[in-house]
Amino acid sequence: MNTLFGEKKAKAEKLVFKSVDEYPEAPITLGTTLLNFTGDWRTFMPVVDESKCIRCYICWKFCPEPAIYIREDGHVAVDYDYCKGCGICANECPTKAISMVREEK
Amino acid sequence: MPKKVVSGNYAAAYAAKHARVEVVAAYPITPQTSIIEKIAEFIANGEVENLQYVPVESEHSAMAACIGASATGARAFTATSAQGLALMHEMLHWAAGARLPIVMVDVNRAMAPPWSVWDDQTDSLAQRDTGWMQFYAENNQEVYDGVLMAFKIAEHEKVNLPVMIVESAFILSHTYDVVDMPEQEEIDEFLPPRKPLYTLTDFENPFSVGALGTPADYYEFRYKIAGAMEEAKKVIKEVGREFGERFGRDYSQMIELYRTDDAEIVFMGMGSLMGTVKEAVDMLRSEGYKVGAAKVRWFRPFPKEELYELAKNVEGIAVLDRNFSFGQEGILFNEAKGVLYNTDAKPIMKNYIVGLGGRDLTVNDVKAIAKNMKEIIEKDELDREVEWYHLKR
Repeated sequence: MNTLFGEKKAKAEKLVFKSVDEYPEAPITLGTTLLNFTGDWRTFMPVVDESKCIRCYICWKFCPEPAIYIREDGHVAVDYDYCKGCGICANECPTKAISMVREEK
Repeated sequence: MPKKVVSGNYAAAYAAKHARVEVVAAYPITPQTSIIEKIAEFIANGEVENLQYVPVESEHSAMAACIGASATGARAFTATSAQGLALMHEMLHWAAGARLPIVMVDVNRAMAPPWSVWDDQTDSLAQRDTGWMQFYAENNQEVYDGVLMAFKIAEHEKVNLPVMIVESAFILSHTYDVVDMPEQEEIDEFLPPRKPLYTLTDFENPFSVGALGTPADYYEFRYKIAGAMEEAKKVIKEVGREFGERFGRDYSQMIELYRTDDAEIVFMGMGSLMGTVKEAVDMLRSEGYKVGAAKVRWFRPFPKEELYELAKNVEGIAVLDRNFSFGQEGILFNEAKGVLYNTDAKPIMKNYIVGLGGRDLTVNDVKAIAKNMKEIIEKDELDREVEWYHLKR
């Protein structure tokens, strides 16, 4: 499952309101961050080079979001629906396995 | 219908009690203090049930507590004045933005410095853009009626915005007058319990209020408030009419017109000074002047349609502002001129800055203003657009 939240998030769809009438009347946030993705203001995105990764999980510990999760095969991966591109993971990685790449949108 | 001889502040307190408010959070400030003292007295005497009183450390906290209470679905009330209202400013935006129908009485008091506790509208008008509706009372009866109507309007399913009921320092707040108060059962029929748009105690469906609105969403929520303010005009008229049918005092007009039918000159203003103006209108009429008065009851939403209907049939409008926007002009004058710009109504309009900091406006002053307006209309030429009428020269 390619996500921090497992199956729960796999079914989740980001809430996008297409017209003013679809919005709730008051500025309430419907549901939790399971539906309200928060990773859309990133400029640089972390990319993991698995050949350099030693599975120390320092990035996993330091990610403030947290947007880094541990896959079943033991490697780390980034949930880009929540990653804000702060770069802490890349800074902390002892083997420089994470690089920050400018994101094309 | 029971009558009581009460001050404007006690009228406000009784109205809050009769509206069955559930939470009052307030901080004392002259000349508002006797409103919240009276409410505390109701509680101490066991005259009210189910009313939580939250003494707070500032007006900012008073409004914050009202916001929290209102977001759980409670009917919340507070009152303040001048510097206290200014301290609340941030939270006023929050209340309106979160669409919470809080009702507050603001006792108009001049902003310091120099320190003043007397009547002046600049404190409430400086809150113009917060998303609060504003009703200006002429007398104690209107303070009482205004608070009762305010809850019904604010809580209407198409509105959900807060209301500020504004009364004059001392002229109303501490002056006693006869106020008709309907029986509690009649008021309960008029004002049923609140049906909130949302409630934070809905634990089955968790959500957050006022979380981040990115550029992708913020704009639409602002449009919703603008729409609710437009809807509020209809609701104000409906509720004002219903109030008249039930209790005999009609508030279906957002601008109350007094002897304007064949008037050439109309005095326009807000609040208690309009009582003096009406008295002067009667005297001027008996002297042959074709004058009338237009009392703007609701400043937000602004009754531009009603103003246009009035303005297209008169030659001159004297706008009496007990307030001033530095660098521009009287605030009501500025609004009224703006409303008429894209219309065919082009009366001569002059702004008289009167009564700042509680300086008295007398019937003789209004008569002098009428004479000045008559000269202007005869010459078809404004002597000056904004006149500081009382200035010692």
